Amino acid sequence: MEKSIQARVVSNRAIARGIYEMELECGQALDVTPGQFLHIAVPGDGSRILRRPISICRAQGSGITLLYQVVGEGTHRFSCAVSGDMLDCLGPLGNGFSVGAQVKRAAALGGGIGTAPLYQLMAANPQVEFDLFAGSRSGDLLYYMEEFAQVAHTHWYTDDGSAGEKGFAAQGLAQALQAGGYDAVYACGPMPMVRALAQVMKAHPQTPCQVSLEERMGCGVGACLVCTCKIKQGDAWHHKRVCADGPVFPISEVMLDE
Amino acid sequence: MNKPDMKVVIAGVEFKNPVIAASGTFGFGREYDRFYDISALGGISVKGLTSEPREGNASPRIAETPSGMLNSVGLQNPGIDAFLAGELPELRKKNVVILANAAGRTIEEYAAMTARLSAADVDMVELNISCPNVKQGGVAFGSLPESVFDVVSAARKTCAKPLMVKLSPNTADITKTAQAAERAGADAVSLINTLTGMAVDLEKRRPLLANVTGGLSGPAVKPVALRMVYQAATAVKIPVVGMGGIMTARDALEFMVCGARAVMVGTANIADPMACPKIIAGMENYCREHAISDINTLVGTLQV
Repeated sequence: MEKSIQARVVSNRAIARGIYEMELECGQALDVTPGQFLHIAVPGDGSRILRRPISICRAQGSGITLLYQVVGEGTHRFSCAVSGDMLDCLGPLGNGFSVGAQVKRAAALGGGIGTAPLYQLMAANPQVEFDLFAGSRSGDLLYYMEEFAQVAHTHWYTDDGSAGEKGFAAQGLAQALQAGGYDAVYACGPMPMVRALAQVMKAHPQTPCQVSLEERMGCGVGACLVCTCKIKQGDAWHHKRVCADGPVFPISEVMLDE
Repeated sequence: MNKPDMKVVIAGVEFKNPVIAASGTFGFGREYDRFYDISALGGISVKGLTSEPREGNASPRIAETPSGMLNSVGLQNPGIDAFLAGELPELRKKNVVILANAAGRTIEEYAAMTARLSAADVDMVELNISCPNVKQGGVAFGSLPESVFDVVSAARKTCAKPLMVKLSPNTADITKTAQAAERAGADAVSLINTLTGMAVDLEKRRPLLANVTGGLSGPAVKPVALRMVYQAATAVKIPVVGMGGIMTARDALEFMVCGARAVMVGTANIADPMACPKIIAGMENYCREHAISDINTLVGTLQV
């Protein structure tokens, strides 16, 4: 039987503006597929009844590292947690990225806090040579630049040019794809980036591309049907559950028309 | 003290305990059976079913609000055929009362749904005339006593199994809709479904839900639900099943004291997949600690 994990906070610190790194000790080794998430109850505020899904950035035995951005009261509560606090977590949940044996060289595209789960993807697949194209609005929102450099050739972008190259990471990916040589593309980021990626990949239909989607979630285990996205199946489409059918989908099946 | 008797009987159907998983929060049970054997439950009201598969509303479909949440799923479900062929046989393997929750766009559709569902291997039919998230049907039938009477009468004629009617709080006088359901032949009523509400992103000046409005549930609605269950239980002779913001055993017992013969637990499952078994265990413990040998003796004991 699955059960919730009572995870102990080992450390919790700001690593960029509004972005935090939290290390958890789960008491048991977790079997994590890159791209999976933990569904975490908001500590210290019973009026916040919904859990928050946070993707796993790093997993080593019973240790889990989460990177998260404070976007509201719930994530603000996470940022107040201190070493020794306990968090009620479900997971690892969802279907993560799959890396086929044929993948030797791959590109990863990350935007904002969405770059975080790509770390685990790349760290868990050292046999693959990764190019990471990652961006944020500005330099003070970039994080883990040294850590990513250990698992990928990194290319950083900011909207305002305050760090890295000025522009969008998806444009960097598009140029690199022109040069060819990638067996697969993996991505996670905000919806404007996902839309840009979908356009970019239309020119490269032979290159498989998986994208991790984000949606407001309820149960996280597939029962309540609130976190759906539109997924193509043949000529039809269906509402699939981001939590249980995803969060990772082939971008060729994701419908972004709304 | 011995184990208290937790068994309740509603419309001739025996539940091993008074806790029923509420429709729409529990799928068809599969997801929660990974966390505990769902045979522990008194009953399961399955995801609201329609004659054809429905994809439901656009996302976002959920918004957190203080001590509650809004949802606007819009009755996404695989349709009655897929339920009967795929889900029901699996669920039937569990030792649990199955309530088939049925919705329709027209009175004729409701009657057709109750005919087909009651002919299948389910224990009860729960008529959903209170969904606030669909353009046709749902709460359109549940708000006025006259339309409650009409749709329940039609469903009653075709329903060969005990018929429970799920009432909406979005009505002027809950006693009138409860009595209308009773007059039309309902064997029981369940209440409350969600309260229609909204949440707004001030910076973007946009609703948080793609559907603009949604149904409010969770602890925020419990006082309203308790009041309505109390009023309905005094207004009808048929059993009342209470729900609305039940997160703990104490919440559940409060509903029973107010007149509910059983309870449904919905939003709590979303917050904690173990909510139902925890509530059942807590209710048993309460009975033991208070020397209550039969949980039925609590029903309607509110001293006013």
